[in-house]
Amino acid sequence: MECVFGMVGKGFALVVADSSAVNSILVHKSNEDKIMVLDSHKLMGASGEAGDRAQFTEYVQKNVALYQYRNGIPLTTKAAANFMRGELATALRKNPYMVNIVLAGYDRETGPSLYFIDYIATLHKVDKAAFGYGSYFALSMMDHHYHPNMTVDEALKLADQCIDEIRSRLVVAPQNFVIKIVDQDGAREHSWRRTTKD
Amino acid sequence: MGGYISSQSVKKIIEINPYMLGTMAGGAADCQFWHRNLGIKCRLHELANKRRISVTGASKLLANILYSYRGMGLSVGTMIAGWDEKGPGLYYVDSEGGRLKGTKFSVGSGSPYAYGVLDSGYKYDLTIDEAAELARRAIYHATFRDGASGGVASVYHVGPNGWTKLSGDDVGELHYSYYPVEPAVVEQEMTEAVVA
Repeated sequence: MECVFGMVGKGFALVVADSSAVNSILVHKSNEDKIMVLDSHKLMGASGEAGDRAQFTEYVQKNVALYQYRNGIPLTTKAAANFMRGELATALRKNPYMVNIVLAGYDRETGPSLYFIDYIATLHKVDKAAFGYGSYFALSMMDHHYHPNMTVDEALKLADQCIDEIRSRLVVAPQNFVIKIVDQDGAREHSWRRTTKD
Repeated sequence: MGGYISSQSVKKIIEINPYMLGTMAGGAADCQFWHRNLGIKCRLHELANKRRISVTGASKLLANILYSYRGMGLSVGTMIAGWDEKGPGLYYVDSEGGRLKGTKFSVGSGSPYAYGVLDSGYKYDLTIDEAAELARRAIYHATFRDGASGGVASVYHVGPNGWTKLSGDDVGELHYSYYPVEPAVVEQEMTEAVVA
């Protein structure tokens, strides 16, 4: 089952996602990147049904880029989050997108922020968020060990603790995880946590 | 009707254009029709842009079409394999709307059996002959265990100059070439009864 989680630290936000692409009992791929770089300073970790995840995240990415081309300035993280929520809500009663999203961004004026957006268009600005069966383990780990203004090393240590807990306690745990970070220098891939080398 | 084999000679590798192939799993009509449709779109792209479409682009065209028909009962599990400016490309596309880029895939009801053989023998730098034999073996083992797989194991190679068909072996004959029947030791031969 897919896991995505994230947290805010001092001047940065972290998003972690598993990298398995699964079809019933088959693992097709274990190095699928589910954290999309939305623009220079936004990351979007998405989990959900196969087609919906890629299609919705790419739709959002292109619309965010369009806004920047049209208006000359990028969207704030809050605006991007509300745009996504609006699209999910509009589609909900007809053709819902079954995607859960953790949006992390860095804005010059307001600093790092994290948004929890689930498939029924719930939107919350949060310090830590998690989706999937892994959230049962990650959320309590984060609730216990998280404190505001963590350094990157402290946050990575907490992320590793969450990953280890998911690996040891979840019955069909994903093999590999990807970690991405966004801070004032931009959004980028940080590292992988692998048990298989697909 | 129940389980019924209507043909043992279905072409499950569809030739989209001379440098791109698609595989068939799921509904035969859906696969054939939409691959043919993809071939048309690829040709239109060539005419409009004066260059061949990439494998990325072709697989995305198909994935977007299938996504728009989601929930309406299409059954397509396919791999798009081709060669473009970036070299070899392989994508898995299905009727759920999923699209994955990868270096090896197996699709269909027999796919878990084939994955086992494929994973144990795979290296990135196999020669063409080694890769073909691995693929043939993987298909054979899937047909051995999966009731819905069988007939002919086709192997194609996709290179910089397009695809070529390497082999098409009946899996029944492959079985005996991999597991030949040992002549049994005869303990007692039957002879004519002695007439008293």
